Amino acid sequence: MPEQPPETRGGNFKEVNLGLEAHAAQAEAQRCLTCASGACTHGCPVGVKVREFVDLVLAGEYLAAAKKIREDNVLPAITGRVCPQEDQCEGACVMGRKAAPLAIGYLERFVADWEREHGQVGLPTIPPPTGKKIAIVGSGPAALSCAGDLVQRGHAVTVFEALHEIGGVLIYGIPEFRLPKDIVREEVENLAKMGVKFETNVVVGKTVTLDALMQEEGYHAVFVATGAGLPQFMNIPGENLNGVYSANEFLTRVNLLRAYDAGFDQPVFDCRGKDVVVVGGGNVAMDAVRTALRLGAKNARLVYRRSEEEMPARKEEVHHAKDEGVQFMMLTNPTAFLGDEKGWLQKVRCVRMELGEADASGRRSPKPVPGSEFEVEAAMAIVAVGTTANPLVQQTTPDLRTRKGGYIEAEPETLRTSKRGVFAGGDIVTGAATVILAMGAGRKAAAGIDAYLQSGAW
Amino acid sequence: MFPIVQAQFLAPDVKRFVIEAPRIAKAYRAGQFVILRVYDKGERVPLTISEADAAAGTIAIIVQGVGKTTKLLNTLEAGQSILDVVGPLGRPSEIKSYGTVVVIGGGVGTAIAYPTAVAMKKAGNRVVTILGARTKGLLILEEQLRSTSDELFVMTDDGSYGEKGLVTRKLAELVDGGAAIGLVLAIGPIPMMRAVAEATRPRTIHTMVSLNPIMVDGTGMCGGCRVMAGGKSQFACVDGPEFDAHEVDFGLLMQRNAMYREREKQELAEFEAQQQHATMCAEIGGACKVENQQR
Ligand SMILES: Cc1cc2nc3c(=O)[nH]c(=O)nc-3n(C[C@H](O)[C@H](O)[C@H](O)COP(=O)(O)OP(=O)(O)OC[C@H]3O[C@@H](n4cnc5c(N)ncnc54)[C@H](O)[C@@H]3O)c2cc1C
Ligand code: FES
Repeated sequence: MPEQPPETRGGNFKEVNLGLEAHAAQAEAQRCLTCASGACTHGCPVGVKVREFVDLVLAGEYLAAAKKIREDNVLPAITGRVCPQEDQCEGACVMGRKAAPLAIGYLERFVADWEREHGQVGLPTIPPPTGKKIAIVGSGPAALSCAGDLVQRGHAVTVFEALHEIGGVLIYGIPEFRLPKDIVREEVENLAKMGVKFETNVVVGKTVTLDALMQEEGYHAVFVATGAGLPQFMNIPGENLNGVYSANEFLTRVNLLRAYDAGFDQPVFDCRGKDVVVVGGGNVAMDAVRTALRLGAKNARLVYRRSEEEMPARKEEVHHAKDEGVQFMMLTNPTAFLGDEKGWLQKVRCVRMELGEADASGRRSPKPVPGSEFEVEAAMAIVAVGTTANPLVQQTTPDLRTRKGGYIEAEPETLRTSKRGVFAGGDIVTGAATVILAMGAGRKAAAGIDAYLQSGAW
Repeated sequence: MFPIVQAQFLAPDVKRFVIEAPRIAKAYRAGQFVILRVYDKGERVPLTISEADAAAGTIAIIVQGVGKTTKLLNTLEAGQSILDVVGPLGRPSEIKSYGTVVVIGGGVGTAIAYPTAVAMKKAGNRVVTILGARTKGLLILEEQLRSTSDELFVMTDDGSYGEKGLVTRKLAELVDGGAAIGLVLAIGPIPMMRAVAEATRPRTIHTMVSLNPIMVDGTGMCGGCRVMAGGKSQFACVDGPEFDAHEVDFGLLMQRNAMYREREKQELAEFEAQQQHATMCAEIGGACKVENQQR
């Protein structure tokens, strides 16, 4: 995949990957062995028909290829950019045993972009209205894919979002240089053209309760897709010093409120020429540290308590981060944030870690090495050690059963919750996961809701 | 878009807006706030709801122009609209029967205290209000509060109205006079709230304050609003904004509120220079070359 050279991209927020040219896509498509196994499709959480769409690429039928993907995946331009392909389709590709697996993600992105650039997105025809109204709470990938499927079945759908823009993590979390926001906006506009209504600035549980939506506003079913956006902190000394952020706050300021652009009013810590430390090893940490670099950090360091091998981030992001000059401090854990007398962060105290025995989950658990403490300079620190369930809907809907951590319980196949007419899916059910899994849940919920509305049986 | 149906100045730089926001008006309870964004490049700022009319579908906010966003907001008039308004956020005030409730409002904090004072009165409490302002001209909502209070005292720093002195002096008088106080609610500048907390602490009078940390989403998703209360980190937008005054770390709140001070000063200076330019342009009737970047 051609990309912006690291020297230039470190200073801008433009997309890093530039996408394949048609001839390169054709050449890549040719590598597909069209094997009988279909391992790639099994490896995909939503079962995209990989071999079929790759054949269509080879035949130069890019629109048909896009349509083929859309049968299973309504947001191909997005998943082509953010899916952890190495754990899914590409990880399952049989070529991968001997050589590089087929670059399915790049091909998916290529056809989706081709479709967008040629302005020929084939929007499906909408059947006559069924007279049923469905409310969707949240507007991340789970919500959007559910909305798309439901309007295609003739139901009236309204999406309620707490923030002022639609898209969930795709808008407020994942940065522009990895997922241009125009792509998300286009997908949202496509849904609006298909008849989905969007109401921003509505916090369900505060602005209106779920019960009021059903009883007073006449929604026949509700899909709760509120995500897992509550930031966790480490509960170590100094976490409230000025300059210490949760990754969510930092990324929301920069992505949703475009603090990186001087023309926008929302401020963010000015880290130009400063030392920045980001704690964590997932996609969120990677996005935060690369964002800090683009905002002008002198040193952008990633502190992670396990080793690089265990990092849950997409492999490509790890490569990109290294190329751009992010310094990796593996097997290291912060123990305190240290500040000056006015309360501004100055240093992070860390301890070295070593990996012990494998725990129940098979992961080797890190243990501090006694006496190995040291300090790192930092004017800004970003904590990206995980998130938990958004609680506002559950708190105001007592008959919605939850499990430990406040996640909503839903039946795995239908995504029905304990409350009649209410379905839930995405990160609010599974805990923080992936875009494609959330989309898969949205589709399942749409099928579950449709079945319920037709039969009326719970 | 949230249309402004009424806008008028209550004091210099202090403006009251009535905004169409039917969902918020219906769900609102005293003590809650909204987060708004004036225009598409604007920042998100929290403002307390000072009144709501569910039947009319409107809410009222009172805005003190201190930074760019609030000054920009205060240039808006009835007929214009605000791009985004979300709420009602935060936990409502705990309204119940306390006996006597002393409500202390300092500056525009008075606007925040007002709805809770009304609700406390309705709940059968004896409401004693102490209003503080630097000078007479900056006093707001005096009439409204007088009509809901059993007693009302005004304190000004310069003695231009009411009594000269700080609100804590009046509070001490009431306490020393042996008044049985069930609750003190203090809302205003941080030093005032801290002074009230220190005044009631020795007598263990239940005291609540409403905190105003920097916020982004207002739904618990960023943690930017964290405050220390009761020895632990809490998110003011969902766990507050009201906290037990005796448990709050006011020093930390002041420290965190200074986070963007430099940037805020710079933005304000640029905004004021632009405003001045626009006014001058209008006065000479010239064709303005400076693009108005605010809207
Ligand atoms: C920085 C970052 C980077 C990531 N990178 C990747 C990646 O590269 N690849 C990948 O596959 N996954 C990635 N993920 C994970 C992925 O984004 C999530 O798993 C996915 O977005 C979950 O989708 P969702 O629809 O369940 O919820 P979300 O996308 O979280 O959307 C939930 C929405 O609901 C709204 N909401 C919450 N409560 C309420 C309420 N009470 N009323 C109304 N609205 C409400 C929220 O504001 C939010 O907009 C990343 C996540 C983050 C944070
Ligand atoms: S404002 Fe973001 S958590 Fe409170």
